[in-house]
Amino acid sequence: MSKYMVNLKINNMPVSVEEGTTILEAARQLNFKIPTLCNHPDLTVAGNCRVCVVEVKGARQLSAACATPVSEGMEVFTNSEQVRTSRKHIIELLLSEHNSDCTKCQKNGSCELQSLAFEYRVGDHVLMSLLKPEDLIPDISSPSIVKDNSKCIHCQRCVRTCAELQGVSALGVAFKGNHQSISTFLNKPLNEVVCTNCGQCINRCPTGALTERNNIEDVWNALYDPNKFVVVQTAPAVRIALGEELGLEPGHRVTGKMVASLRKIGFNKVLDTDFSADLTIMEEGFELLNRLRKVLVEKDETVKLPMMTSCSPGWIKFIEHIFPNLNDHLSTCKSPQQMFGAVAKTYYADKVNVKAQDMVVVSIMPCTAKKFECDRPEMRSSGFKDVDYVLTTRELGLMIRQAGIDFASLEPEGYDSILGESTGAAVIFGATGGVMEAALRTAYEVVTGREVPFTNLDIKPVRGMEGVKEASIKIKNVKPEFAHLEGVELNVAVAHGLANARKVMESVQNGTSNYHFIEIMACPGGCLGGGGQPIPTSKEIRDKRAEAIYEEDLNMPIRKSHENPDVVAIYEEFLGEPNGHKSHDLLHTHYKVRNRY
Amino acid sequence: MTMETKKLKKVDIIFENIPGLSYSILEKTIKRNPDDIILDLIDSGLKGRGGAGFPTGLKWKFTKNEDNPVKYVICNADEGEPGTFKDREIIERVPDKILTGIAICGYVIGAKEGYIYLRGEYNFLLKNLVKRVEEFNAFLKKIHLDFKVMIRSGSGAYVCGEESALFESMEGYRGEPRNKPPYPTVAGYNWKPTVINNVETLVFATMICHMGPEKFKKLGTTDSRGSKVFSVSGDTPIPGIYELELGMPLHRFVEEFGDGDTKAVQIGGASGFCVTRKKFNDTIIGFEGIPTGGSMMIFNSSRSMYNILHDYLEFFCEESCGQCTPCRIGCQQLLKGIEAVKRGERPPSYLEELKKLTATMKIASKCGLGQSVGNPFNSIVDNFREEIIY
Ligand SMILES: Cc1cc2nc3c(=O)[nH]c(=O)nc-3n(C[C@H](O)[C@H](O)[C@H](O)COP(=O)(O)O)c2cc1C
Ligand code: SF4
Ligand code: SF4
Ligand code: SF4
Ligand code: SF4
Ligand code: FES
Repeated sequence: MSKYMVNLKINNMPVSVEEGTTILEAARQLNFKIPTLCNHPDLTVAGNCRVCVVEVKGARQLSAACATPVSEGMEVFTNSEQVRTSRKHIIELLLSEHNSDCTKCQKNGSCELQSLAFEYRVGDHVLMSLLKPEDLIPDISSPSIVKDNSKCIHCQRCVRTCAELQGVSALGVAFKGNHQSISTFLNKPLNEVVCTNCGQCINRCPTGALTERNNIEDVWNALYDPNKFVVVQTAPAVRIALGEELGLEPGHRVTGKMVASLRKIGFNKVLDTDFSADLTIMEEGFELLNRLRKVLVEKDETVKLPMMTSCSPGWIKFIEHIFPNLNDHLSTCKSPQQMFGAVAKTYYADKVNVKAQDMVVVSIMPCTAKKFECDRPEMRSSGFKDVDYVLTTRELGLMIRQAGIDFASLEPEGYDSILGESTGAAVIFGATGGVMEAALRTAYEVVTGREVPFTNLDIKPVRGMEGVKEASIKIKNVKPEFAHLEGVELNVAVAHGLANARKVMESVQNGTSNYHFIEIMACPGGCLGGGGQPIPTSKEIRDKRAEAIYEEDLNMPIRKSHENPDVVAIYEEFLGEPNGHKSHDLLHTHYKVRNRY
Repeated sequence: MTMETKKLKKVDIIFENIPGLSYSILEKTIKRNPDDIILDLIDSGLKGRGGAGFPTGLKWKFTKNEDNPVKYVICNADEGEPGTFKDREIIERVPDKILTGIAICGYVIGAKEGYIYLRGEYNFLLKNLVKRVEEFNAFLKKIHLDFKVMIRSGSGAYVCGEESALFESMEGYRGEPRNKPPYPTVAGYNWKPTVINNVETLVFATMICHMGPEKFKKLGTTDSRGSKVFSVSGDTPIPGIYELELGMPLHRFVEEFGDGDTKAVQIGGASGFCVTRKKFNDTIIGFEGIPTGGSMMIFNSSRSMYNILHDYLEFFCEESCGQCTPCRIGCQQLLKGIEAVKRGERPPSYLEELKKLTATMKIASKCGLGQSVGNPFNSIVDNFREEIIY
């Protein structure tokens, strides 16, 4: 059914838009900005903040522009006296229950409520304060997320994020009226509920009510400590988003400038998580081949297929809570961040002649769940905490500013060696489908001796922003040792966003799917849309970041993990072979069963 | 302007209880053409008795015109408005008339399922109601009407009487009102076309099918046809349920029900309007004057209007669903505001600020709850300013 066009006037200007368009969208086409708070492009419409109300001629009430579809002949006014009075009232009301200590707030300077208050100059304190004393104590129980109810405007963006995008519903609305609040199950601390630490709610919270646990001071302290050798690793998705924190448009690759600024900040070595992403591909690729052999040839029923990726700690906590019976399907590989930490404090510490206890490993991650992950008790294979501190892309942006570095004028620099070598395969870890693509590039070649049969090595079916992607590759003309895989059709699936992960898990659970290998990323778009990435986020922004990632891949001299020279070297000098004894000690892990509540 | 000045007239349409009457009305009515039934309802001038007063015939017509194989009829028995207790009585005394109204509506609009959304606090009515519903459903089977009535219980939130919050509640979600449009006639329960009517509205629909629109029309005024069941409470020697012709002036009502010392009447419950003695003569009870879902609270001179307003505001502070800014915070500001004025922490002129706030709440709140808090606030503050301040 084709949509017909609706004619209306906004502030006396005619406009013609598709049926079903909201007043808000129609106004945007005319470049009229209507303020919003509860509205977010990734989420369903709520229409609860009411700050977007506009006057529709003939209507008794104002209409919420975000929630009202246009109709033929409609006449809308976005700045009438009624509208402005109401809008100001609404902002004043929100501020009357708000803890407006902007100067001390994490969101100072990037807060939607603050900029509205600024635009409307709401300064006179007419209304009574409704701030609740009990809200003044933030929930800091989670290693990833700080929840401060005194900053909450009840817009429910977090609630919709957690339910609609993540299918977790760790946050919900409790009570009604003056007691209504955004709460966890029984108002338990965040670290005691199903929250996966993914941080997607942070990315969509308009205020400082949800923010990441800030570790900047910890890192500065380590840098100032003369007895510490501080190395930093940077995740693939940071380099294509950091620019947004420092004034650039989305989609800029700033790898070289990022490395330069880290060096200026004072890290002893600037290394790349890409190295351990390649290492992950080796371990995970060989694990998959082993599982296929054990299931197909040895009929070993203790070995589970499909195998599922394990590099996204939000996803790991999700499956541990919601589908713990499928834990055995998870690859035992640690995430690249943790593989890096384990190798850094063993192999690398030896190389650079530093004692493990004197080394501090800092990760720059697009992710808030990594803060939780590095605290997991399993993540101490070096005998120490393998990764000491995790900073998000946002926190790094702040550190660069604190250090007074003029990012724009920096000359690009390269990573230190060793553990600074990267491939295109590792870079694309940052986008949904990237791990799958990287794994297939390597595994196919190991099995057949030939490159994957896709132009330019671009495995297009697993790319893109569709929630669940599927592909199959027929394995032909294998090397003799993989004869059991001759003619096998390898079925893979890729999902991003935990709501999509849930769908795939349900299909695995009821046996309605026949996958061999599944990639899951907790965040929409993969790590490029991670909970630690620059705010705001939207489909357009994530698309631009994805483009930048695939550009970076295409520009890499080496694009397959097994060809990364640092990876080749570490197997020769230290690990032996993929999935070997040493690998198992350092690079593999196990999972927990967690309750839902 | 000529005003129709009615006398107070007691009527007995709703509670008239002739055994077997409802079933025979149903059997007779479903032999008629649905469009004719709608025409009769429109002709009768029946408007919804739940408060909003939407013409019932039109509501049915819009829903009938929707092209959708699944539609629903819902009887709103949430009766949460303070001072309203007439639906309870109707459910207790003439449940078959309600069920008949639901089934006729289902027949007219093409629905196969009807629901009664019963207020949580009315669960004591369930036992009898379930029995009557079972008998009724058996009768529907017997007369080969493909329709079934079911009961759903609320859990005690006033806002769940608001139609879209009621749908959310029935679907198992938090009772939060939805954005409108779409309206229930297009997308209601389960997002399917739905007629939602008050208990009393459905009984009147049944009775109009029985007695014809002419007889119904003879009662009331041009804007307010027919009669209505009132819940009379407060400072009255004869509290209770009364069916009265619509369009009477308030002074006749006070003469009948007051205790001789009536200072004000709150018409339409907490969300309605307060009328003072000096306006009794020229206040009509009906859609042309002050409409009411049935609640009539009478106050004599011993009552503090500050306390009454305070109670109402406390009620709204608690019963707001809390999702939208003007209502959630506005209600609290009004309450704190009059407290502050009373204590002298804010000047009397602060009441004007608060009145401006109610104007915003009226036009910017998401649903009828927040939109109507200004009704009691302004009518009490304007009429009893001294009582609020001192
Ligand atoms: C806060 C609020 C509470 C309401 N509670 C009730 C109620 O308890 N019973 C009722 O019939 N209508 C109630 N309504 C009105 C309904 O939304 C709806 O208009 C009515 O059920 C329609 O029926 P009618 O056309 O027969 O009046 C309420 C409305 C609001 C805004
Ligand atoms: S949330 Fe926004 S408005 Fe509130 S204190 Fe923080 S920066 Fe200021
Ligand atoms: S971090 Fe993720 S799982 Fe936890 S509350 Fe936020 S959106 Fe939900
Ligand atoms: S925590 Fe943030 S996103 Fe959630 S309701 Fe409060 S202000 Fe909105
Ligand atoms: S007006 Fe009040 S009850 Fe209605 S949606 Fe808004 S907060 Fe909820
Ligand atoms: S942005 Fe429209 S109601 Fe919040």
